[in-house]
Amino acid sequence: MIDWPVFLSPDARLAFWTILCGVVCNASCAIIGCYLVLRRMSLLGDAISHAVLAGIAVAFLLTGSLAPLPVFIGAVTVGLLTAFLTQSLATWGRITEDSSMGIVFTSLFAIGVIIVSQIDGVHLDTDCVLYGSIDTAPVEIITVAGYDIPHMLQILVPMTVLTLLFVIAFWKELKIASFDPLLATTMGIGASFMHYLLMAMVAGVTVSSLEAVGAIVVVAMLIVPPATAHLLTDRLGWMLVWSVAIGGVSAVLGYWGAVRFDTNVAGMMAVAAGGQFTLAVAFAPKHGLLSRAIGRMQLALRIAAEDVIAKLYRLEEQAAESTNRVDVSRKECEHLAGAGWIGRLAILVLSRRKQLATSASGQWHLTTTGRELGRSLVRSHRLWETFLDENFELPPDHLHEPAERLEHFIGPQLQARLVQELAQSRTDPQGKVIPPGEAANDSEHAAE
Amino acid sequence: MEYNTQIVLAGTSLMGVCAGLVGSFAVLRRRALIGDTLAHAALPGLCLAFLIVGHRSLPAMLFGALLSGLVGVLIITALRYGTRIKEDAAMGIVLSVFYGAGIALSRYIQNQSTAGSKAGLESYILGKPAGMILQDLFLIGGTTLACLLLIVLLYKEFKVVLFDSQFASVQGWPALRLDLLLMAMIAVAVVIGLPAVGVVMMAALLIIPAATARLWTERLALMLVISALFGATIGGAGTLLSARFAGLPTGPVIVLLGSGLFGVSLLFAPRSGFLARWLDAQNFRTRIGEQALLCELYNLTEPSLPSLVELDRDTLKSQRSWSDNELSKRLTRLNVADLIKPSDNSRITLTPSGYAKAAQVARAHRLWQLFIESYPDSAPDFTDLDAETIDEKLDQEIVVQLEDRLRSAGRLPKTTHSRTRETTQ
Repeated sequence: MIDWPVFLSPDARLAFWTILCGVVCNASCAIIGCYLVLRRMSLLGDAISHAVLAGIAVAFLLTGSLAPLPVFIGAVTVGLLTAFLTQSLATWGRITEDSSMGIVFTSLFAIGVIIVSQIDGVHLDTDCVLYGSIDTAPVEIITVAGYDIPHMLQILVPMTVLTLLFVIAFWKELKIASFDPLLATTMGIGASFMHYLLMAMVAGVTVSSLEAVGAIVVVAMLIVPPATAHLLTDRLGWMLVWSVAIGGVSAVLGYWGAVRFDTNVAGMMAVAAGGQFTLAVAFAPKHGLLSRAIGRMQLALRIAAEDVIAKLYRLEEQAAESTNRVDVSRKECEHLAGAGWIGRLAILVLSRRKQLATSASGQWHLTTTGRELGRSLVRSHRLWETFLDENFELPPDHLHEPAERLEHFIGPQLQARLVQELAQSRTDPQGKVIPPGEAANDSEHAAE
Repeated sequence: MEYNTQIVLAGTSLMGVCAGLVGSFAVLRRRALIGDTLAHAALPGLCLAFLIVGHRSLPAMLFGALLSGLVGVLIITALRYGTRIKEDAAMGIVLSVFYGAGIALSRYIQNQSTAGSKAGLESYILGKPAGMILQDLFLIGGTTLACLLLIVLLYKEFKVVLFDSQFASVQGWPALRLDLLLMAMIAVAVVIGLPAVGVVMMAALLIIPAATARLWTERLALMLVISALFGATIGGAGTLLSARFAGLPTGPVIVLLGSGLFGVSLLFAPRSGFLARWLDAQNFRTRIGEQALLCELYNLTEPSLPSLVELDRDTLKSQRSWSDNELSKRLTRLNVADLIKPSDNSRITLTPSGYAKAAQVARAHRLWQLFIESYPDSAPDFTDLDAETIDEKLDQEIVVQLEDRLRSAGRLPKTTHSRTRETTQ
């Protein structure tokens, strides 16, 4: 058992070292995983994490020990081989990429298992490969500069630093190659060179994390934090930061859960990451299910409200001869907004915004601001109909529907552009007058 | 052979048949890795079932595994359609998080139960074919039979959904339900196979026979048969090998036999194999080269027609970027076919039959050339401007029109055919 940091109780020291190992391990996974997720190669992480077993086994076979350097070299070689074979088989073998990946990694894994089974007294126990040994990290100690630290950190810390340096050094290249491989190639950044460099890093990170969290949980740490971060932000820099933070939280929660339920730390770390991912799916500010549902509801509400206004405006237009105001009952109003609670809510919103008002008799009518909005909507509608009619050969009865949909999304700017495009039409294809825009209105008044 | 080995042999072979059949659908549907995901996602269900039932009950645990595997697949589908998460990440997330939960549960079970009574969950991860008993054999056999029956009964429906699911739904087939049925079949096969061959090897058994069979045939029915046979072969052979050599783990041996078979098929399969494709490419190159040579021979003969003059080899060589070696090889070929007649080392003449062939080729080349010039938009549709197939590939109307244009420019080669027509006129 490690004695320092001295100010902590023995239990807390155990927790400190275990969590530290988890955080460092997850950080490297979370950083490199962002690029896997963005490049839609998450499963290559899974494939490599299985295949590195063959690399470790061969390295052991050749050197007779599990010294970090040969194991590292073996794993990176096999990781690259996995990526290379997957791609070549898919290109030249006339099979799909998922099939080729499946064949390659299971075969390499099988080779690994067979070699391990043939070596007598090998220190490579399957338990460690499957479950990880982060639970016992504080027990196996090395001394560095007079301090005792878990021996796991001896590999994890350099690997995380290397990952960080790699991302900083190749920031621009990785970014371009991830989002636009073709552009990267035309700019002289070898996209395939970056691909294999990245795969080498993935293999390195995987093999360094393997001892801590096991072959499958490392996949969770590679993919889940970046995918969660991807839901939270649209910027690569922030995605990396979020991803590392989520990885760190997973380490803390994983340790806590493992202690609480008397189980395995690595497994609980994956569960913790999965929990955070679930929260992000539900509540992420922009891409979460909840915010998207709210966004859709707001849009539905706006469209319902605008439909009422536009229809009332049309009614006023028809009745313009006699009076300038059309009164409708609340029931009719709701009918105009479309059935259901969205319609009722729309009426409420409109009266709050003072675009609809009730008269003393309980009838509803447009206010001046409401009329303004209605005119703009009907103007958008008819401008669009005219534009469609002039530029596309659509039958007359096919003009209304697209205009009905688009009228909600044509603002003043687009209206102005449409006016420019149209040849001085003042009426729509049905012969109805296109209501003037605000500026035009003013100038007409001035002319009068 | 021992009784136990016989059971294991039958079990792994049957498992191979089952995985081969079902895997064909997974591979063709581009869902090869769904087996891998299912196998990993089954683990927590396995453990939960054990926790709930309280002892090692195979049916309960398999049911739990099936359930959590299916939940995993559902989550993948939901993530893919409902969020910005892509399918690969969704699969990775489900696979690893479910598996992590499974590991945590299994360790929890291990720590809870008294020493010595491990739940035996380890064997589900790496597989333990040697532990197969008669009951397992019946289970695997029954599943295989059920899958086979389903495939035979719904063969046409599955086929349509497999290759064109949009067409299937337009035609009124319940495409989604059929697709789910396929997924369920894959899930059942994976879960049944888990105890025998383990998580990773199950994924392999699903993919490798099917991908191998795909190289040998382009017909679904044949692919199913071949895939099932391959599955049985590697399953059986792997078991025998690991029984013969003590210490060789069965699952990995089966997988390696499979990838070996795949490698051999990749080289020697009749149409998709490397060898067949190399030969194809070679033949194609020879034919196109011969056509180019004949065309140039015609071009050089054309000015002095109707007499067939002697041509200088060096003039011929200067027409195109042929190497000496290439040119000699092609000329020899033409000579053997009696299309040219060498008068001495460096001079050659077309024979009458050679002239006929050369004129045909020249006609086609000139027509193609004119076609590309006149219809540059549709030219890219024809990747293979083969002289022998121009009349099949282009509309007769266009050919006639192009021919008229060549004729009025005086560039339409007189093939024997047109010459006889002229003489009869």
